[in-house]
Amino acid sequence: MSYIGILVTYIFVNNFILVKFMGICPFIGVSKNSESAIGMGVAVTFVTAVASVACWAVYYGLLAPFGLEYLRTISFILVIAALVQLVEMVIRKMSPSLYKALGIYLPLITTNCAVLGIAIINIDNGYNLLQSFVAGIAAGLGFTMAIVLMANLREKLEMTPVRKAFVGVPITFISAGIMALAFMAFDSSLITNLGLA
Amino acid sequence: MNTKELTKGIFKENPIFIIMLGMCPTLAVSTQVWNAIGMGAGVIFVLLGSNIFISLLKNIIPDSIRIPSYIVIIASFVTILEMVMHAFMVDLYNALGIYLSLIVVNCIILGRAEAFANKNSVLDSALDAIGMGVGFTLGLTLIAAIREIFGAGTITLINLGDINVVFEVPGLSESPIRVLALSAGALLVMGYLKAFFTWYTAKNEKKAKEAK
Repeated sequence: MSYIGILVTYIFVNNFILVKFMGICPFIGVSKNSESAIGMGVAVTFVTAVASVACWAVYYGLLAPFGLEYLRTISFILVIAALVQLVEMVIRKMSPSLYKALGIYLPLITTNCAVLGIAIINIDNGYNLLQSFVAGIAAGLGFTMAIVLMANLREKLEMTPVRKAFVGVPITFISAGIMALAFMAFDSSLITNLGLA
Repeated sequence: MNTKELTKGIFKENPIFIIMLGMCPTLAVSTQVWNAIGMGAGVIFVLLGSNIFISLLKNIIPDSIRIPSYIVIIASFVTILEMVMHAFMVDLYNALGIYLSLIVVNCIILGRAEAFANKNSVLDSALDAIGMGVGFTLGLTLIAAIREIFGAGTITLINLGDINVVFEVPGLSESPIRVLALSAGALLVMGYLKAFFTWYTAKNEKKAKEAK
């Protein structure tokens, strides 16, 4: 698949939140205001991009040559946990202002399904290194788009009268469901029709 | 035996509807009742294994590296589960796909390790794991049943290739509400169910207050 094809696939057609449901926990938890949503989105995009490359390298550099493919899950989650720790330390040293903005979200990313998800999807689809990197960025961008849209919606919902039982999480899920309905317009035929396959 | 640890996960602290943990697999695999049961069984296995192990090792694991240690223990059990399922239930393995590996990052398992297993005895941790796992399975099956009955007009209880138990719901199997079987349907069903449980808990609390 072409690089633009991968980009469109993971941002729109297979949007990580609205279609694949990966990263629903932060999507519900951190989408109360758009500022923190953007922070979470940027942090996730950064980690998915780096994790895609790192996990690809571990799989093809370490696991596959020695026939240890069954250790994929355990090694990927360790790579991601170490990576998140490393990213946290580097950002704290290099850019204290960025650290201040992202700091609280970084540790949460280890248990974000989206990161482990994209690492495994890259291997399952047999992407090469650059394709994995693009897929990682695209997955993160798709996540960011969904969470920022949701945060804006929720800021509006705050001022709307909603039935008591629906306040908070239930109405968020229902709004996300309606958003997912809109995203159904992007299906795999989009990739074929645009000639990106 | 402390039955409170066993029963709290099923309704009072139901992982899906009350504590809201482990949403990703819940929404993604709830297209068929059989997938939900398979996923639930997998989560019960991993949760039981990791809770027992973490409870046994709680005095050995240093506090500062406890999260990575828990993740390694959980990932080991997930790997065992993946291999066993791949060997004996290929259809289910394919249907669950990537979400089987993603049990590693299911917040319920790490959450129970952190909130319960590292403070309590082995027996209590095992009971807690079974209770939480069963609660998760029941919640997941409920969502799957709603989505499959209305979205496809069928109920797939067993789907093992040779052995199939599939019921068709008359009237619905010809013209199902297809949107419920799609990803948007999962979010909508979850939203309405959560609203129902909020309403139900609020009503019970009100009743209890009036009884006082």
